Amino acid sequence: MSYRQPAQGTQPPYDAPEYGSTHKRHPKQPLLRIPQTLTETSAPRMRPALYETTHNLAKGPGWEAQGERIAVAGRVLDEDGRPVPGAMVEVWQANAAGRYNHERDQHDAPLDPNFKGEGRVFTDAEGWYRYTTIRPGAYPWRNHHNAWRPVHIHYSLFGAGFAQRLITQMYFPGDPLLALDPIFNCVPDPAARQRLVAAFDLDITEQDYALGYRFDIVLRGRDATPMENPA
Amino acid sequence: MSLPATASQTAGPYWHLIDFPEWADLLRSSGPNAAIEGERITIEGTVTDGDGAPCADVMVEIWQADPAGSYDGDFHGYGRCGTDKDGRFRFVTLKPGPVRAEGNAFQAPHVVISLFARGLLKQLVTRLYFAGEKLNEQDAILNAISAGRRGTVLAQQAGDGVWRLDLRLQGEGETVFFEV
Ligand SMILES: [Fe+3]
Repeated sequence: MSYRQPAQGTQPPYDAPEYGSTHKRHPKQPLLRIPQTLTETSAPRMRPALYETTHNLAKGPGWEAQGERIAVAGRVLDEDGRPVPGAMVEVWQANAAGRYNHERDQHDAPLDPNFKGEGRVFTDAEGWYRYTTIRPGAYPWRNHHNAWRPVHIHYSLFGAGFAQRLITQMYFPGDPLLALDPIFNCVPDPAARQRLVAAFDLDITEQDYALGYRFDIVLRGRDATPMENPA
Repeated sequence: MSLPATASQTAGPYWHLIDFPEWADLLRSSGPNAAIEGERITIEGTVTDGDGAPCADVMVEIWQADPAGSYDGDFHGYGRCGTDKDGRFRFVTLKPGPVRAEGNAFQAPHVVISLFARGLLKQLVTRLYFAGEKLNEQDAILNAISAGRRGTVLAQQAGDGVWRLDLRLQGEGETVFFEV
């Protein structure tokens, strides 16, 4: 068993001239293609007993974050459309003002003492996950003049194989900053880029409480044919 | 078949919101491996960039087999560590055993290292092998690396139970990173 290679243009490069932080951090040597072994096809068994879940980032006993409440739900699938059950999904984000609860974030926007901006959920047997939070704000960064990151939530996912490990970002529909963002636009294929944008979803929306967004995530699927040894 | 995998995006500079420093100690007393026996080791090193400057905001993750070389046992072989201001990371774990490979072969003991950071649009993946290990000579992946670069994945013993491997993202002595 091995996981298939990404479809052409669907993954960003390491060397992206328009994203300044890649300049000194991208390898100059080509990556060495290796056959997947048990090491890559197995994965740590992340489970709620070891990693406590946080379904609501915006509210706890005696506190509630400032901002527009949102519910985010979606399915984690593989490339064959099979649900990935028990996947650990970690999310982190800026507060409603566009400020991270992080000592290195120097953006002069207010911190919210009631918002840490970090959560962790697991997918169910059908691959569904769901959490509640507040809509993050856009924030400036120093990549180029007047650079602002579009509104986004960071995602970290663990599948059934370490080769499926994924960190990505979820964006919001209709954000005018998307067209200007080097990180979003580093994904060459426009369709692959659009799949990083969540969809407003009335079925996920909670009456009198929170707007709903749908964001599905696809992890690498299994290769039909075993990969030949390139060495 | 018809659904391409979701695009990777950088972890950015603020991933520390999901940094739980205790995860760097796989043998932590309240953790899943507290009762598992094996050879206790420390894995440490630095991450530097193309200028040789320390990378102070990297999420270093490890994934490894248990002391018997199995991924199916009770041992939870996952750890996460953020680099400090000098680009240093440090894990406490048990030394992995040889992992079964094709046929009757074994892979030499190894630890997968993944790096996520600002400036990395997707993770960089490498392995740490232990210098002097007998099975290293027969390991198919080590042997796929040119002799001149093999040292970039060989941790050297730097004290009792301490194994050191420095990772260089770019330039002279650049670490061999894998496409898996
Ligand atoms: Fe961000």
